[in-house]
Amino acid sequence: MSATTQSPTASDSRTPSSSPSRAARLLGDRRLPVAVTALLFLLMYGGGLARYQYYGFAEPQVFLNLFIDNGYLLVAAVGVTFVILSGGIDLSVGSMIGFTTMFTAWLVERQGLPLLVVVPMALAVGAFGGFLMGYVIHNFEIQPFIVTLAGLFLFRGLCLVISKESISISDSTVSSMAQAQASLGVGFLSIGAIVSLVVLAVAFYVLHYTRFGRRVYAIGGNEQSAMLMGLPQGGTKIAVYTVSGFCSALAGLLFTLYIQSGDPLHATGMELDAIAAVVIGGTLLTGGSGYVLGTLFGVLVLGLIKSIIQFEGTLSSWWTKIATGVLLCTFILVQRFMTTRKKA
Amino acid sequence: MAEPRPVLEMAGIVKEFPGVRALSDVDFRLFPGEIHALMGENGAGKSTLIKVLTGVYSLDGGTITLDGRSVRIASPLQAQQAGISTVYQEVNLCPNLSVAENIFIGREPTRMGRIQWKRLRREAAELVDRLGLDIDVSAPLSSYPLAVQQLVAIVRSLNTGAGDGEGPGTKVLILDEPTSSLDRDEVLQLFALMRRLKEEGVAILFVSHFLDQIYEVCDRMTVLRNGTLVGEHMVSDLDQVGLVQLMLGKAMGQLDELHEHQLRSDAGDTLVQADGLGRTGGIAPFDLEIRKGEVIGLAGLLGSGRTELARLLFGADQPDTGKVTIGGRRVSMSAPNDAIGAGVAFCSENRKSEGLVPDLTVRENIILALQASRGWTRPIPVAQRDELVAKYIKALDIRPANPEARVGQLSGGNQQKVLLARWLITQPKLLILDEPTRGIDIGAKAEIQKLVVSLSEEGMSVLYIAAELEEVLRLSHTIGVLRDRRLVAQIANGPEITTSRILETIASGEHQ
Repeated sequence: MSATTQSPTASDSRTPSSSPSRAARLLGDRRLPVAVTALLFLLMYGGGLARYQYYGFAEPQVFLNLFIDNGYLLVAAVGVTFVILSGGIDLSVGSMIGFTTMFTAWLVERQGLPLLVVVPMALAVGAFGGFLMGYVIHNFEIQPFIVTLAGLFLFRGLCLVISKESISISDSTVSSMAQAQASLGVGFLSIGAIVSLVVLAVAFYVLHYTRFGRRVYAIGGNEQSAMLMGLPQGGTKIAVYTVSGFCSALAGLLFTLYIQSGDPLHATGMELDAIAAVVIGGTLLTGGSGYVLGTLFGVLVLGLIKSIIQFEGTLSSWWTKIATGVLLCTFILVQRFMTTRKKA
Repeated sequence: MAEPRPVLEMAGIVKEFPGVRALSDVDFRLFPGEIHALMGENGAGKSTLIKVLTGVYSLDGGTITLDGRSVRIASPLQAQQAGISTVYQEVNLCPNLSVAENIFIGREPTRMGRIQWKRLRREAAELVDRLGLDIDVSAPLSSYPLAVQQLVAIVRSLNTGAGDGEGPGTKVLILDEPTSSLDRDEVLQLFALMRRLKEEGVAILFVSHFLDQIYEVCDRMTVLRNGTLVGEHMVSDLDQVGLVQLMLGKAMGQLDELHEHQLRSDAGDTLVQADGLGRTGGIAPFDLEIRKGEVIGLAGLLGSGRTELARLLFGADQPDTGKVTIGGRRVSMSAPNDAIGAGVAFCSENRKSEGLVPDLTVRENIILALQASRGWTRPIPVAQRDELVAKYIKALDIRPANPEARVGQLSGGNQQKVLLARWLITQPKLLILDEPTRGIDIGAKAEIQKLVVSLSEEGMSVLYIAAELEEVLRLSHTIGVLRDRRLVAQIANGPEITTSRILETIASGEHQ
């Protein structure tokens, strides 16, 4: 006997025909958190328009810059979304991005390899790193937190093995790619922004239209059940960390393109930005519930905070962190409220 | 022999856990188109046998033959692919996914790797319709009550291997205690479905603690005791008394002792006095007096407030009105610690999630509460500790009688006894038992009931909650009747009180 509040005649409330009421369905709808984040983004954008209207905030390019300046974060956050949906966590993202910038810069500048060769290598290294972490997590049944924390230190350390100093990239292909612009009429997007949107679309398709994607949700919902339902939960878990490793490496490449250098301290702590974006985007940290589209809005909200603070001009950039912290805290409390509400 | 060939044969099955031999040399066979009951007390090895068959546990010895071919089943997925599907006692589905997805996940209809959602929903709706269920398959599973989730689990397991021609279809369907959370109508619905499947030639392995259900629907049964095979019988050849004797390995007369138990009316002084105790949303304010050595039984429907009342008396929920005095002293009841300090012990109905620590040993679990009440700075001497543990293992007949066995590997009934031992060792004045006999077999049930009687005779007060009215009636000196989260009557037990009298009180809310 649990504390469920059911109608007094127990048999009534148990008939299979009882469909959940409309209000309960709306509150229980898993798309609600994404809608809330999207609404928040619109409100913030509207606020920005009202306040900085005469300082060029209304330019469409300001909006497009959100994608250009945060493309790498979006890619990393998409990878993290897979991991969090499966009920895990990946802390190695920032280090993996930093390592990829170093690895790429070193191969291109110091070894003179063409970019066309370096890109697949970097992606393979990232995916393999993720695969190894997933393998350890699954086969030795170790907390993902610990394994990916080890990954965080490992890849940051490897950056310094390559070089202690930053390597700037003067390769002509890199700089021409970095400057390439795709015109949209009202503005333009960079290659990084386009790649990040493609990654988002692919991730959405994979999560909602493939068996692998649904297994990610199933494992996040109840791993024990997923196992008993005969789903290959081990392979899925390893694949999820491989996806995250791959996305981190891709994010690292976009970051290299964005900043045109490799540095052992690039992207320090970016894993936390990625996790924050995922959570603000409405994905439950306990796994099994959330949407990759929410992650997009999470990233956009974080990016918009940065833009607004830049427009404000007088505020220190640390206010970005404070605003992120407040938002994160609020969203976790809202999630908590929603999940307890659902159980009651 | 005119008998057809069995679809499944298990021979000489052995399974060992550290310190426990769960199955030794068990044979089991299953014929197509029959419903076969697997019988035995808790700890007899039923669950272990099923888990071996479904690939959750690996085999330590013996062979499994399916359709005349020897098979090795290493994972639940392999079992499914071989045509063995299982519905477990606890619903093992993903509550975050939709009903349709839960039915099909792992076997979603796809075209070029893309899931065809429309087809998936349509097929799920057809399957659900066939079962006569009226549910929206696109709603998340968590929006439905447990009973419906159970039926969805059955729909899923039936569909395993069927459909897109990947598997051979379900040959063996295992139902492990599927009826424990269903009401009578739902049980009938399930039975109708089982019979239809039987006609289609599916072999069904059915486990249930309800003997009546076994006799209603099963054709044949296999009885296990202490991890060994006792025998295989046709249901029509063995009556219920005979079956119980086989399961327990002793004669029925021993069980009847309990009925002879005289209810004492000369209970002692007041131990616990609750005045106007209540909690908004939990239970309406009530007065309750519990005397020394008295057994108070709580009767009422599921959700009538039985557990809520008990939790208030233990401080697990904070009352917003009223006061409690225990042994003449006012107790604040703001946390369970206050109640424990005053000598109250509480055995929760959720022994898994709220009571035992499955990864610790029997000894560690038993000693936990005593150590907590002494404080961490005063360890219990090893000799005294081992002696206490040995005493309670013996007194409660915990099997295996091995203090170093991990509690998670014990059967439900034995886990319940470990939980009881933990609280008894602290020598409480008031013992609250919330559904102590749920999900455990008759043998263990009778032992726990006997224990309650003897504890009461030793002067311990007991607040006893059970879903079965007979149980409450048999044990209690006083019966508290709850209805709609209100304590509506307190009835002194006597020869004239019958279950129907109590049912009337529950139904009318008044005691005549």
